[in-house]
Amino acid sequence: MLDKFGIAKRIARELQDGYYVNLGIGIPTLVANYIPAGIEVVLQSENGLLGMGPFPFADEVDADLINAGKQTITTVNGSAFFDSAMSFGMIRAGKVDLTVLGAMEVADNGDIANWKVPGKMVKGMGGAMDLVAAAKNIIVAMQHCDKAGNSKLLPKCTLPITGLGCVKKVVSDLGVFNITEQGFHLIERAPGISTEYIKEKTAGRLVISGNVPEMILD
Amino acid sequence: MKKIVKNAEEAVQDIQDGATIMLGGFGLCGIPENCISALVKKGVKNLTCISNNAGVDDFGIGLMLQQKQVKKMISSYVGENAEFERQLLSGELEVDLIPQGTLATRCMAAGYGMPAVFTLAGFGTEVAEGKEVREFNGKKYLLEYAFDSDFAIVKAWKGDTHGNLIFKATARNFNPLMAMAGKITIAEVEELVPAGELNPNEIHTPGIYVHRIFQGANYEKRIEQLTTRK
Repeated sequence: MLDKFGIAKRIARELQDGYYVNLGIGIPTLVANYIPAGIEVVLQSENGLLGMGPFPFADEVDADLINAGKQTITTVNGSAFFDSAMSFGMIRAGKVDLTVLGAMEVADNGDIANWKVPGKMVKGMGGAMDLVAAAKNIIVAMQHCDKAGNSKLLPKCTLPITGLGCVKKVVSDLGVFNITEQGFHLIERAPGISTEYIKEKTAGRLVISGNVPEMILD
Repeated sequence: MKKIVKNAEEAVQDIQDGATIMLGGFGLCGIPENCISALVKKGVKNLTCISNNAGVDDFGIGLMLQQKQVKKMISSYVGENAEFERQLLSGELEVDLIPQGTLATRCMAAGYGMPAVFTLAGFGTEVAEGKEVREFNGKKYLLEYAFDSDFAIVKAWKGDTHGNLIFKATARNFNPLMAMAGKITIAEVEELVPAGELNPNEIHTPGIYVHRIFQGANYEKRIEQLTTRK
């Protein structure tokens, strides 16, 4: 089984040189720590920055320089600032190559729910609906099951939808799944996890063809 | 040309009960601190506020919420404020949650003189309820209208006596968009200089959009999530 760092590490393997990438809050943010050597990616923060750097040292904190999670950050060589309309403009126009975000539920047709739980305080969708509606490639980082052990990879989302048919890949603590017309196509198992266990824990349509390799993470 | 006002009190003096106002900023970054304080002091009520967030309990728009000055918030994310939650659950406060890119683009449309825009964001979700859908090249888009706002209140880094504005880092966010979108736009700046001192190549918001400008004082610039490395 993968912990959150393992999920982030596995997602980082999807990065390619020259990619512009938007990382959501939570596990997706950790992906920045595992960018493979020798490739250069530019991180987009939807509050108006391309070229997001690491957290600042204590003596370089700038209240005017934050990420979409409202954390203080830094720039890198080649960074650029812009306003919020341009930020979502570049997302909508498909300029951002990859978006990584968390989810409460994903359906086997790529629908995603990650913004609202009925009966709980609604905080809002922030930029999530814009990101999922338009991004070229969306990878979801998530726990496979909720705390009670119920699958969050479903035939149909039960929570209010954030976007329809938009997720391309899911990396959970149990494995890696491409979203296909036939459903969740298991392409890698997490270390120590059997296909039988994944079958048991996946409520949506699951495609298993041949021997599914176990992931090797260094 | 008389755009300079003395201070925030003078800048907001004609904002009446029931007005619709835009407030720039993302979280607490780039918010018009001086004007928010002046609105709290003035005690104007029943406001509709268009702002990406609603501040925290004791800073930003949260200060206006504490005084029950806000009737309706139009925002994309409002999670950081307990008083907000209380007023929402008790029905005192109306909230319209809209996707962040849609919020930005509805400001932009107003500033560009366009009545509406089409966007993919929110199609198939509850955000789409009651909205016109149009298909372009096989994809479905929602019709979203430009905002109609009596006032826009923004915060810039530098400004000049003609109202030209330059923003700093990610404190830019919604500020230039809202500056373009207000019927009357008020800009508070950290540094106000005579016309001619700012490089025209570096202006983000041309002064035509700005009606009132003043140099703010005592910026706190509170940080919501201080994160550092060692």
